[in-house]
Amino acid sequence: MLFTSAAFIIFVMAVILLYYLLPAVCRTYVLLAAGVVFYCFSGVTNLLYLAAAAAVTFIFAILIENRREASSAYMKEHKAELSAEARKSLKKKNAGKLKRLLLIGLLLDLGMLAVVKYTDFVIYNVNGALRLFGGTELSFLNIALPMGISFYVFQSLSYLIDVYRGKTKAQRDPFKYALFVSFFPQLVQGPISRYDDMAESLYNRDPFSSDKFFRGFECFIYGFFKKLVIADRLLGGVKEITANPENYTGGWVFLGMVLYAAELYCDFTGGIDITISIAEMLGIKLKENFDRPYFSKSLKEFWNRWHITMGTWFTDYIFYPVSVSPWMLKLSRWSRKHLGDTVGKRVPVYVSCILVWAATGIWHGASWNFVVWGLLNCVVLLVSQELDPLYTAAYKKLPFLKSRPWDVVKIIRTMFIVASLRILDCYRDVPLSFRMFFGMFTKGRWGEMLKGWSTLPGLTVADAVVAGCGIVLVFVVSLLGRHEDVRDRLKKRHFALRFALYYLLFMAVIIFGAYGIGYDQAQFIYNQF
Amino acid sequence: MDEIKSVLREVLLELHPDVDPDTETALADKKIIDSFDIVTIIARIDEEFDVAVTADKIIPANFNSIDALAALVSSLMDED
Repeated sequence: MLFTSAAFIIFVMAVILLYYLLPAVCRTYVLLAAGVVFYCFSGVTNLLYLAAAAAVTFIFAILIENRREASSAYMKEHKAELSAEARKSLKKKNAGKLKRLLLIGLLLDLGMLAVVKYTDFVIYNVNGALRLFGGTELSFLNIALPMGISFYVFQSLSYLIDVYRGKTKAQRDPFKYALFVSFFPQLVQGPISRYDDMAESLYNRDPFSSDKFFRGFECFIYGFFKKLVIADRLLGGVKEITANPENYTGGWVFLGMVLYAAELYCDFTGGIDITISIAEMLGIKLKENFDRPYFSKSLKEFWNRWHITMGTWFTDYIFYPVSVSPWMLKLSRWSRKHLGDTVGKRVPVYVSCILVWAATGIWHGASWNFVVWGLLNCVVLLVSQELDPLYTAAYKKLPFLKSRPWDVVKIIRTMFIVASLRILDCYRDVPLSFRMFFGMFTKGRWGEMLKGWSTLPGLTVADAVVAGCGIVLVFVVSLLGRHEDVRDRLKKRHFALRFALYYLLFMAVIIFGAYGIGYDQAQFIYNQF
Repeated sequence: MDEIKSVLREVLLELHPDVDPDTETALADKKIIDSFDIVTIIARIDEEFDVAVTADKIIPANFNSIDALAALVSSLMDED
C-alpha cells in the first residue's frame, strides 16, 4: 500500500477515526492492528521479520534489566558481608553477563538484517573471486528485502542498547513494545525513533485535539505536494538521463544531478512530512528528520541537517562506542607516543569516522556504489576538518568571506559536493559514476543542454513548469521557516487566509500531482533502503 | 578538582582558542564542541587520569561546561 495511493489515505482516515472513537485504552491495539494490516500489504511473510525483531529486543531488554536489578539487589542485601574486592569482582562478573546478553540480542537482530540484506552482496563478491580462480559460482538467494527492515532493526538496536546502558526502562507490555517497532507511518522510511523520545506520546490517552489534527493535516498535504507535484514529475527526467549514460554525457550529467537533488529532497522530505503529520494527527510526536539541509554551508553541516535521526544513530551507537573503546584508546596512546601529538590525537577519530561512513554507505544499500559513496563523504569531511585552521586564518584576513554573498557561494558549493557524490546513487555503478562525473568537465555538451532546456529529456513541458513552480514554492517555504516554523507563522494569520492557502495546496495536489495516464505510482526512494 | 580542571582547560583551549572554557556553559548544546572534539577530550582524559569515559556517559549535560566535565572525571575516578 503506497503512501500516495487512495487506499492509503482511506486507511489512515479509518485508523484515525477508530483511534479517537474507541476508548483510549484501545489505542495501542488499534495502532498495532493498523501496523499489521499495513505491513501485510507488503507481503505476509515480511511480517515475520518484523515480529522476530520485536520479539528478540523485547525479550533481551527484559533479561538485561532483570539481571541488572537482581545483581543490584544482591549487592545491597549483602553490602555488609562483602569486602570491597568482592564487590568489585561481583560487579565485573555481572557487567560481563550483561554484555553477553546485549551481544546475543544485537547479533540476532543484526544477523537477520545481514542475511536478508547482504547475503547476495557477499555471494556477488565471492563469485567475483571464484571467477578469477575458475571455480563454480554460487547461486544468489534473491531474498526480497522486507519493507523498512533497515529502519525498524536500527530502532530495535537503539532500544536494546539504551536499556543496557540504563538510559531507558525496559517496556514490559509486549503490545506496547510491538507498537514502538511497528508504528505504521514510520515503517516505510523512518524516521529512526528512539524509545525515550517517542514512548510518552506513543501511549498517550489525550482527547482529540483539533489544533494538533489540523496542524498535522497541513503538513500531510504539503508532504503529498512535494512527493506528487515535484518528486514524481521529476522522476521521468532523472530516469531518462541516468538510464542512458551513453546518450546523456557532459552537461546533461549536471542536469541529471540537479534534477535528482530536487527529486530526492522532495521525495524523502515529502514522505517524512506525511509520516510525521499522521503521527501528529494521532497526538504522537516524532523527531524531525530534516532542518532545511540545502541551506548548509559545508558537508558537515549538511549531515547535521539531512536524515538527522540516521546521523545521530550512527554517532551515538557506532562512532562514540568505537572511538572511546579500550582498544581505540590504547591505539590513541600508542599513536601519540610513536607518531606525535598532532597525528596521534587524530587516529581514533579518523578510524571511527571511516567505520561510520562505510557503515552508513552499506546501510543505504548492499552494493559497492554505496560503500564508495559513504567513504567519499568521509574523505571530504576529514579533508575539510584538516583545512579548518586554514579557513579560520583566511576568515580573519579576508572579511568578505564572512559576507552574505560568500555564504551563498558556500551553499552552492555544498550542494554541488552533495549532488556530485550522489552520482554514485544515480548510476549505481562505481566506474560508470566516475566516468560520468569527469565527463561533465571533459565532454562538453553544455551548450546543447542549455539550448534544449525547454525540452528536458524524460519530461514534458507541463512536468517542467509544474515541478519548477513547485520547487520555487518549497524554496520560499524553506526561506520563511528560517526563524519560525511556517505553520506557526500561518497560525497567527486570519483563518480565511489559512483556509484559502491550504485549499489551493490541496487543489494543486489534485490537479498537478503526477498520476493518471502515463504515470506509475512511484515508491519512495528511501523505502528501498 | 583544580588539577582536573587545569588539564581540561588546556584541552578545551587547544580545540577552541576563541572560547573561554571557564565561563561557557553550553559547549555541547551550542555545538561549540562536536563529536570529533568530544573524542579528543575523552582520549586526553584517559591519558591524563587513566579513567575511561564510556559511550553512555557521552551526553550533552556532561560536556556543556568545564565544571560538568570535571565532575564527570572526578566521579569516574571515585568509582575506580
